[in-house]
Amino acid sequence: MSNEIVEVDFQLPAIKVINHLCKGCGLCIEHCPKNCIEFSGKFNQLGYDYAQYNGEGCTGCSICFYACPEPGAIEVYKKVKGE
Amino acid sequence: MAKELIKGNEAVVKGAILAGCSLYFGYPITPASEIAESAASYFPMSGGTFIQAESEVAAINMVYGASSTGSRAMTASSGPGLSLKQEGISYLAGAELPCVIVDVMRAGPGLGNIWPEQSDYNQIVKGGGHGNYKVIVLAPNSAQEMCDFTMLAFDLADKYRNPVIVLTDAYIGQMMEPVEFPNKRKEVPYRDYALYGDKKTRHNLITSILMNTELLEKHNIKLGKKYQEVEENEVKFEAMYTDDAELILMGYGIVSRMLQNVVETLRQEGKKVGLLRPITLFPFPNQKIAELADTADKFLVAELSDGQMINDVRLALNGKKEVHLFNRMGGAVPSVEELLEAARKYI
Amino acid sequence: MKAQVLAKPKAFYDKFERKGGTNLETTHYCPGCGHGNIHKILAEAIVDFGIQDRTVLVSPVGCSVFAYYYFDIGNVQAAHGRAPAVATGLKRSNKDSIVISYQGDGDLAAIGGAEILNAANRGENITVIFINNAIYGMTGGQMAPTTMVGQKTKTSPFGRSSENEGHPIRMCEIISTLEAPVYVERTALVDFKSINRTKKVLRKALQNQIDNKGFSFVEILAPCPTGWKMSSVDSQKWIEEKMIPYFPVKVFKDISDDIEPRSIKKKTLTDKEILDVLGLAPSGKADTVDKDFLGKFSEQKMKIAGFGGQGVLTAGVMLAAMAMEENLEVSWLPSYGPEMRGGTANCSVHLSNKRIGSPLTTNPNVLIAMNGPSLDAFEDTVEKDGLIITNSSIVDRKVKRDDVKAIEIPLTEMASKMGMTAVANMICIGAYLELTKVIDTATAKDTIKQHLKKKEFVDINLKAIDEGVKYIRENYS
Repeated sequence: MSNEIVEVDFQLPAIKVINHLCKGCGLCIEHCPKNCIEFSGKFNQLGYDYAQYNGEGCTGCSICFYACPEPGAIEVYKKVKGE
Repeated sequence: MAKELIKGNEAVVKGAILAGCSLYFGYPITPASEIAESAASYFPMSGGTFIQAESEVAAINMVYGASSTGSRAMTASSGPGLSLKQEGISYLAGAELPCVIVDVMRAGPGLGNIWPEQSDYNQIVKGGGHGNYKVIVLAPNSAQEMCDFTMLAFDLADKYRNPVIVLTDAYIGQMMEPVEFPNKRKEVPYRDYALYGDKKTRHNLITSILMNTELLEKHNIKLGKKYQEVEENEVKFEAMYTDDAELILMGYGIVSRMLQNVVETLRQEGKKVGLLRPITLFPFPNQKIAELADTADKFLVAELSDGQMINDVRLALNGKKEVHLFNRMGGAVPSVEELLEAARKYI
Repeated sequence: MKAQVLAKPKAFYDKFERKGGTNLETTHYCPGCGHGNIHKILAEAIVDFGIQDRTVLVSPVGCSVFAYYYFDIGNVQAAHGRAPAVATGLKRSNKDSIVISYQGDGDLAAIGGAEILNAANRGENITVIFINNAIYGMTGGQMAPTTMVGQKTKTSPFGRSSENEGHPIRMCEIISTLEAPVYVERTALVDFKSINRTKKVLRKALQNQIDNKGFSFVEILAPCPTGWKMSSVDSQKWIEEKMIPYFPVKVFKDISDDIEPRSIKKKTLTDKEILDVLGLAPSGKADTVDKDFLGKFSEQKMKIAGFGGQGVLTAGVMLAAMAMEENLEVSWLPSYGPEMRGGTANCSVHLSNKRIGSPLTTNPNVLIAMNGPSLDAFEDTVEKDGLIITNSSIVDRKVKRDDVKAIEIPLTEMASKMGMTAVANMICIGAYLELTKVIDTATAKDTIKQHLKKKEFVDINLKAIDEGVKYIRENYS
């Protein structure tokens, strides 16, 4: 895993959809086992209705990360192991 | 210097290895197969690689790949094979990759036959593939030059980042003559644009695609400037008795060997005849021809084709002097006597 | 709070500068395109394996032609279908690099059919990633060799018909019949499980190459929502429902555990070793040009002819080699072309003290006719005052010309008496040298010692030269 450690101020685990990179294909939404990703109903500069994390229920399973075809559109944040 | 009595085709292979070429990719075709056969022994024996490719197309693309890594690589074939390689040659020229290709010409069109012709002139010298590009073309006329020009071809290819073609025929390839070989292998220059599989060159990109119209136009202009530089610096020809000649005979490759006899015979008779033998076909000795147009009256071009090089002579003469063609096709090679008779008509 | 983040792998460029234009952060791929997923898991594997510096990706012609926009690794863009040949060149030239041929279905299974099959069959130590999305995406949705029967594309507007276009090609099935490939597997991008499997498969295919085990081939059934005119989600379902039943997702071949890693040791030869290999060790002999001697004769334009097995070509080569030892200019040209028909062989040999023009003898001043047809064929071409040597053991007639010097020698009989008919050619050379004095017989003998491959025959060949000399002295002096 190409994992980096960063400092965050939100609850873990969580995902971030980098909304200006999202092409609105909906695959993350389709495959999220916890149904915690949804279309935002808003359009980014590319013209796509981008996905967003609804803020609850993420288990950090990373399924959305691999389901997403865009290299940088989804980031998954998990607790650092052992902490 | 080691001197060996050797066939032209084999001299190509030994010359290539001494030029630092370490990879040969080829496909058998008469009358170029001997180069592949010789390469199949000498390349592996000297620590290099020989692969008999599945096709001419694959062979030239293997050259493309090997050249991308900074190695000197080559292939050889005959007309029908060169037709197939043209796609790859265009990509090599577009991506500005050096390589050496030997074309041992045979007679065409189509399958034609396996005897010598010089009918690949247009497809080689004018660029047989798509797009605006040129290749440097060297035309040896002896076994020694088969070695020397193959070695020179690798240097020119690297100097200009462009494919170089050694254009020859079955006679020059089959003929045995003494060849002096250098006693040292050349160092292959470092190519800062190549992919050596390391951190330093990781960001390099080998490609011929440029989607932006302006960038592609710029690239074409850059290539054009390069070819202009080649024309300014790399013209090679051999002139015999041309200074006071009234009739200039022109021919390259095997034909120039016969023309040498013709000129020597006619000079013994006191006839003012000279020989201009282009060694580089691109760049073509335009300037020399233009100069001779001031002193000579007539030009006779002898070719084993339907008259291909003669068009370049006409362009160089720009209508100043009359130009005649003597040609044979289908694999027939004219005798000295035949050429002598042809020349006498214009004296 | 500290968090572990899973984000864009570092084998991608931060910004896709090569893409140009204003959007340098997203790929050029359409929403839901499978290339993106595969790029991501490939980039991740490259980082995890620590091979970023030495990896070279060959991008094809197809939608992934622009793969080099994204991957911060070595990139080579290949002509349509030729990626496996280019990859072969790359890998053979630099065996330490990790070479990936990334190809689509048109590129790999149609126009590049020969290249992929033969790279696989040679067992090139490369990794091939084959994206099968059953359509030509880049050119705008035309039929691919893997387009499903009934599937509508721009060039199969009524649906692919097996009668007109045949059935979709199953590449894994074909490749896995070959001996050399080490690993062949087909996967798909339809759900988390299959994407996860694809991750593993790609890593295995790369690991095989890192371990120098040989050719690995991964086919990935991937969605093309734009080309298929479906939503991203429906596209994945279509793969599952339509493609997988025809293109089974499974391991077709895996012998990677049984394969011994190849040695990739490169031998680098010294200059001296190279010269030895090429047979070019400097002789150290000084030039011994005897200028006066060279002036004594005019260019010898020789035609040596006979039937196959009479050593005609060898005689020519030997004469040329002898003359070369005397620092004369020489050329040797074997019969080439129509003359060779009928089992006769001949060669043109020129020996001169000046630069030789035509190497092709059309009007010889020396003709050596080892059999009758050779005399018939060339007698008339000999120059006035020329020399004709006939093998009177076989040639049953006299030379008709009276303006040439005719020498008859029973070459075959003499050779036969010596116990070896094959030396008739050397007897003839001895006679020729005695007649013309073009080459010193001592030089001639030295040359035979040097050039004759079968050393056990050196003595008899030397004796043959003497016999030829003797015959001329006794019969023609």
